[in-house]
Formats: sequence, structure tokens, C-alpha cells
Amino acid sequence: MDHPIKRDHARFRKIVKGRIRDNLRKYVSKGEMPSPKGDGTFKIPMPSIDTPRFKFGDKSQGGMGQGNGEAGDPVDGQEGEGPGQGGDVGNQAGNKELEVDLSLEELAHILGEELALPNIEPKGKKAMPSVTNKYTSIGMTGPNSLKHFKRTYKEAMKRQIASGTYDFLDPRVIPVKRDFRYRASDAKVEFENSAVVIYMMDVSGSMGDEQKEIVRTESFWINLWLKSQYKDIEVRYIIHDATAKEVDEETFFKTRESGGTLISSALKLCREIIQADYDPSEWNIYPFHFSDGDNWSADDTKLCLEILDQDLLPASNVFCYGQVESRYGSGQFYKDLVSKYGEQDEKVILSKIKNKDAILDSIKDFLGKGK
Amino acid sequence: MADRTRPLEGELLRIRDEIYSYAIEFGLDFHPVRFEVCDYDTINILAAQGGFPSRYPHWRFGMDYDQLSKGYAYGLQKIYEMVINTNPCYAYLLNANHIVDQKIVMAHVYGHADFFKNNAWFANTDRNMMAVMANHGTKIRRYMERYGQNRVEEFIDRVNSIENLIDVGLLFETQELKRQREERMKTAKEEIAKAEDERSNALKSFMRHKERQNRPEQVEETVDLREKKINAPRDVMLYLLENAPLEEWESDILGILRDEAYYFLPQRLTKIMNEGWASYWHSHIMTTRALKASEIIDYADHHAGVMAMSRQNINPYKIGIELYRDIEYRWNTGRFGKDYNDCEDMHKKLNWNKDLGLGRQKIFEVRKTHNDVSFIDEFFTPEFCERQQLFTYKYNPRTGRNEIETRDFMEIKNKLLSQLSNFGSPVIEVESGNYHNRGELLLKHVHRGVDLDFGYASDTLKNIYALWKRPVNIVSKQEEQTVTLSYDGKEFKQSK
Repeated sequence: MDHPIKRDHARFRKIVKGRIRDNLRKYVSKGEMPSPKGDGTFKIPMPSIDTPRFKFGDKSQGGMGQGNGEAGDPVDGQEGEGPGQGGDVGNQAGNKELEVDLSLEELAHILGEELALPNIEPKGKKAMPSVTNKYTSIGMTGPNSLKHFKRTYKEAMKRQIASGTYDFLDPRVIPVKRDFRYRASDAKVEFENSAVVIYMMDVSGSMGDEQKEIVRTESFWINLWLKSQYKDIEVRYIIHDATAKEVDEETFFKTRESGGTLISSALKLCREIIQADYDPSEWNIYPFHFSDGDNWSADDTKLCLEILDQDLLPASNVFCYGQVESRYGSGQFYKDLVSKYGEQDEKVILSKIKNKDAILDSIKDFLGKGK
Repeated sequence: MADRTRPLEGELLRIRDEIYSYAIEFGLDFHPVRFEVCDYDTINILAAQGGFPSRYPHWRFGMDYDQLSKGYAYGLQKIYEMVINTNPCYAYLLNANHIVDQKIVMAHVYGHADFFKNNAWFANTDRNMMAVMANHGTKIRRYMERYGQNRVEEFIDRVNSIENLIDVGLLFETQELKRQREERMKTAKEEIAKAEDERSNALKSFMRHKERQNRPEQVEETVDLREKKINAPRDVMLYLLENAPLEEWESDILGILRDEAYYFLPQRLTKIMNEGWASYWHSHIMTTRALKASEIIDYADHHAGVMAMSRQNINPYKIGIELYRDIEYRWNTGRFGKDYNDCEDMHKKLNWNKDLGLGRQKIFEVRKTHNDVSFIDEFFTPEFCERQQLFTYKYNPRTGRNEIETRDFMEIKNKLLSQLSNFGSPVIEVESGNYHNRGELLLKHVHRGVDLDFGYASDTLKNIYALWKRPVNIVSKQEEQTVTLSYDGKEFKQSK
């Protein structure tokens, strides 16, 4: 029988379920994008529920520490040093929110788990098999450089125990020739699959900083997830107002133009990029378009739908349109897309992102289909 | 739990006997210690439950378990040992530990066990807590079956909100005083409720509540009676237990949680002393007796990990062990008392040695009579402060980082003491149960220089309101001004 604490644990998880997402949300929306710490790890807070108590305000309280330095020297910057010491008996007063270092894969895993994202099935016929050698098995012979010490000593220990020469009080293990083990390679068939994400964003006057922050956060998580699903991933950025141009990531999030909006200009450029660089039979293609829904004219919208139907949709896995709410945007383009494709189309995924709190739901909209 | 832990055997048993003999040789004095071996999951469970194999159902234990398990999985933390203040004293060893680690842990555990038995603040703790905790679990589980898990859990959440509102002074109540006080309470209760003696406290509280409801004309009188008898104003839990209109099961649970809070209180008061004492002894036993030459590197590595200084926090293990060693050194050499303190010849002071050899005896006395506050207050010296490279830090809004504030001895000492005083909680007293002459509860924050967090205070008031069922108020200071925060069930009010 399981220990009763598993029931407490399940209960905690249930209570937190809303809370976990809230916490994650706060974390995502604070604009505190998990940034690499240099060693490929990230931080996410652990879920916890606070019990209100009378306690001291921590404003200006500060703390105490040990070490060298003079008044005015910074204290932080080397946390997490030394092995952790568990509390002896449950009296860890003032338990602060714990933070964990995570690799990108783990972060993606958590995202996938929290949002229940399905794994993506790469487009079948486009997967190209390739044979690689992976050192996953063990052999009796091999070069010294591939010697597997742990296995070797294990064998030696087994032999010594079996033959009764192992002395528990003097546990010396000496391998002889037949104990040696070596890493050996196995041929493994892997499927190459590559993906390209093409972000398009309306940078006309009506898209403010807040809207861009939403797009930036959202694209971070989308990249994270797609990277965990594909071996290779490329990202391209297009900004547009009445005309479109390809830019690098930094420009993408910084540029602000005034003037009108022709969405078709971005879709045209996207089409050109795909035709030039990404053969749909070899690439999984993900065009994402973010705007506040304003388009110059109904004629241009008509042109957009044509490009989508004839060129973009056949080439892409899915086409995603995220509409960021802004004070100035009419939101018309969303309505136009809905009237053409409906809310539940297989290939055209639409999502309205009202505010920062809606980012996670929107990611689920986009990636929840597993395409 | 039974199948999750197993007694020592083989090599570990032999080591235990060895370490035990050293502990006895050095004069440690403890209740019998029962070591059990278990895996990391089990030790996480035990740690999440405050060391006990069986507690009442509550999500909080699940949360702690969640964090410990994740911490372990990500390699952030690892619990080497658990020891519980009971008789016999239970201690758990992690089965995956290296044999050197097991030696250290055993020596460390004997240090804790000696502290539990001899430190004055532990004198009145119930050493039978293993069974008591299990009973608490059974009772609360039964209430949950009867009244619904959500309802009972919600009540527990509220009580947890005031779990730190207990009176340190009551730990020192002698059995005789306790009996007298209970006698007084009992008569007072009888006057009010005319309940019979055999009834439980909980039931009496329930009856009193009914009584009050049934006889409104007597409310004034009972209120008067209560007004005079706030015996332990800092024990807000007790005050509510005796005076809040609670149902029988609610009173029972409040009483249970209060007992548990008092059980853990001595440990909260002696973190530095207790860990320091255990570390002093594991270090002494290992380095003078138990260590083999081949184990020295592993021992040094482990010990250094435990003693690691941090720039963000005070490591109680480190400060504790160093302070005991300092005391031992000072009493061995006679560096205390008027002669030494008044000596102005620096050279003479530096080479002061009267060969008294009183050190060991002194630290045994200290571990008997002090708690963290008096320990620091009495033995924390400027020389020690400097040697330990202590500093205080503060957030600098201009640079956006924490910066070293000062290395001034008095400031560091004061800060340390204020962090430790009243086990780090604000001192809250019950002022009146009939505030405004309307049966409102008035609490008072005894302000000692640091303001309350009013956000937390508001949520706490809400929870107390749910128990008191009439408006609740707390008077405190906010930026030098007296402020009363009130909650009447609907909204908060702040008045200056």
C-alpha cells in the first residue's frame, strides 16, 4: 500500500493545478523570460501555497551572511554553493519559494506536461532515414579509450564474490583480463526531421510595447516546444506594415513603424522564403502571424486568403494566427479568418490573446493539435 | 511505514555500537536511540511530516513532500538523517549513504538526543509524541469522514494561520503551575457553562457556546468574566480555544494543533544550539575516535559541506559549532569574567591563559540552560563576530542588489537577536475579547522595531474572523504611527 502522504501529495497537486498554472503564468507574464545562465540551465519556481500568518514585513529588513567584502559590496551572485543540507526536524521557518535549475529539455517537458501538449508527428513522407552509430552497448573487446570502468569493476566484483575472494572489510576489487568491458557501437536508424518557424508580425502603430511583449513571450515558449520536438529548427522573422521585410530577432521585437497595414505583404514574403529555402517535402513549416487584426482593406484580406489557400497552407504543417488585443485594433482579420475556415480548422489555428495571462492558453491552442 | 524502514544490521550495527561507546565515554546522556534504515523516498516522507511516520491528512505535508522530492530529484538537496525528540529517540539513516556518512550521522544523532533530553526548553515536551501524533491523525481522519474533508481541511488551514501565536513562556510552566492554572480555568468554565467535570475541554467549549446562545441576558456577565481572565495573552490559540464559539470537533482540532505547535516550539527556539551541539559532537567523536585514515577525505568533504558559510544566510550549524568551541576555549584558558574583560594590556590579553580546563564542563552547562537568544546574547563576542566574518546586508534600491551594510558588532548582534527573538515571529497578544463592548476581538502587536506585513496580516485576520465569528482587530505600528487594522467579515478598515 502506498503511504498516505501520496494522498496529501495528490491533494496538493489538485489544489495547485489552478495555482501551478497561475504561478507559471505569473512567471511567464512578468516578462522574466527564462534566460540562459550560461551553462544551458534555466530557473522555474516550485509550486507552493502560502499560509497567511502574522509576520514581519520584509521591506528593508535585509539579512545576515558570512564571508569577506566591505560595506557596499554585493552579496548575491553565488547562490546555490555547497551541498544542500536538509532540515533535521520539520522546523524550516520562513521557507522561501525554491528554485530549480532546469535544462531546456526539462523546461519543455514541464511545459508539455502542464499544458498536456501532444507530441508532434512529423510529416511522414518527409522524414528521411539516416544511420548513425551510437555507443549504447557493451562488448568484451575494444580499445582502451572505450573502456567502461564501472562495468569492468562490476564484473570483477561479481567474480570475486562468486569465487569468495571478496573481503568486505578490505573491499579491494582488482579486475583481470576477462573482466574488462568496452563501450561498443550500435547502428541506429534515425529520422532526420527539420522544422522552420516563420514569425510574422504587424509592427504598424497600433501594436504597442505590451502587445510586442506578449508576442515575444509567446514565441519563446513556442520555440522551446518545437525545439524539443524537432532535431533541427530554424527561425525566420518578418515584420510588416504596408510593406514587409525580413529582419533578425532583435529588430523583430524592437521595430515600431507607423502607417498602414497590408497583411498580404507579409504572407507574400513568407511565400517567397518558403519557395527559396524550404522544400515542403523535406521541412516541417510553421508560419505564425501576430497582429491586432487591422487590415487596410477588404480587398487585401481577400488576397491574403488566396495566398493562404494556394501556397501557404499546402506547404505548412499548420498556419497559426494570433490576434493580440490592442486599444486601436478592430480585430477584423480574425473574424475574416473565422468566417472562411471556422474556429476548428485542422490547418488554420486561430487564437485570441487578450492579455499576458492568456499566453499559456494561446500556446495550447497553437500546439495542442500535435501537428 | 513499518515495511519502509528496517532496523540496523551487520556492519551498521557494529558501527552503531562503536559510536555509542564513544558518546557514552564523552559523557553524552540520552534516551535510548533507535536507528532505522530507509530509502530516500521514505526519508522525504518523514521530513515532510516533521519527522513522524503518521500525521493527520493535510495538503501541506504533500507540498513539503513535493518540494523535497523534486529537490532530491534535481540534486539540490539531500537529507542525510532525521531524528525525533521522543523516548526512545527515533533516528533514520539513508540507506544509500556511504559508511563514513553513516558514522557522522550516528555521532550527530547522539548529539541531538543528548540535547533533547537535557536542554531545559525541552523539559516539558511529550516524549510519547509518536503515538500522540498517530492518534491525532486518527481523530482528524474520523472528523473528515463525518464532516467532509474540505470542511475540516479548511478549518485546519485557518488554525495553521495562527499556529505561531503561542507563548514561549508556557514551555516553562512547571507541572504544579500547570495544574493550578488548569484548576482555575476549570472553575471559571464551570461558572460559565456549568458543565460536568468528565467532559472534555472541547465539549465544554461547545457547551459554553450553546449556553451563550441560549441565554443572551447573561452575555454581559460572561464577557466580564472573560475580560479579567486572559491568563496567557500571547497564547492566542488557547484564548480562541476557550472563548471562540466553536463546534465540538473544531475545538478538538484546535487543541490538537496547539499541542503539536507547542511540541515543535523548543526546536524552533534552539536551532543554532541544537545543530551546533550535534555538529560539535560528530566532529569531536569522528576526529578523536571513529575516523579511519582512509576515511579522512570523505569526512572532511562532508563536514565542510555542512559547515559551508553563506553570504545570504546564517548557517546555524556553523555558528553553533564555532560558538561552542569558542566557549570551550575561553573557559579552558580563563578568558572570561571581570579580570579578563577589564584587562587593557593587549599583549597580556592576547596570551591570556589560566589553564582552568573548565571548557568542557561549561559547554555542557550551556547546552542545559540556554536557548538561541540567550546563547547569542551571552556568548557572542566582538572577537567571535570578527573571526566568523559576519555582516548584515540590505537591499539597495539604487543599484538593485543586496549589499553589505555593516560589520559593526553591536548592529550584527542586535539584528541576530531580533531575528531569533520569539522564534522569529512577531509578538501578538490578546488585548480584549469584548472590544468596543461589542464582543469584538482585539489583538495587539507588541512592536519591537519592525513593522508587520499588512498584506499577510489582513489575510490572517480573515482566518481569525472565521474562528471568532465577530469583528477582529489588531493594533500595531506602521511607520512609527499606531494603526488599527480591522476586519468585520466584509471589509478591512485601517484607522490611525
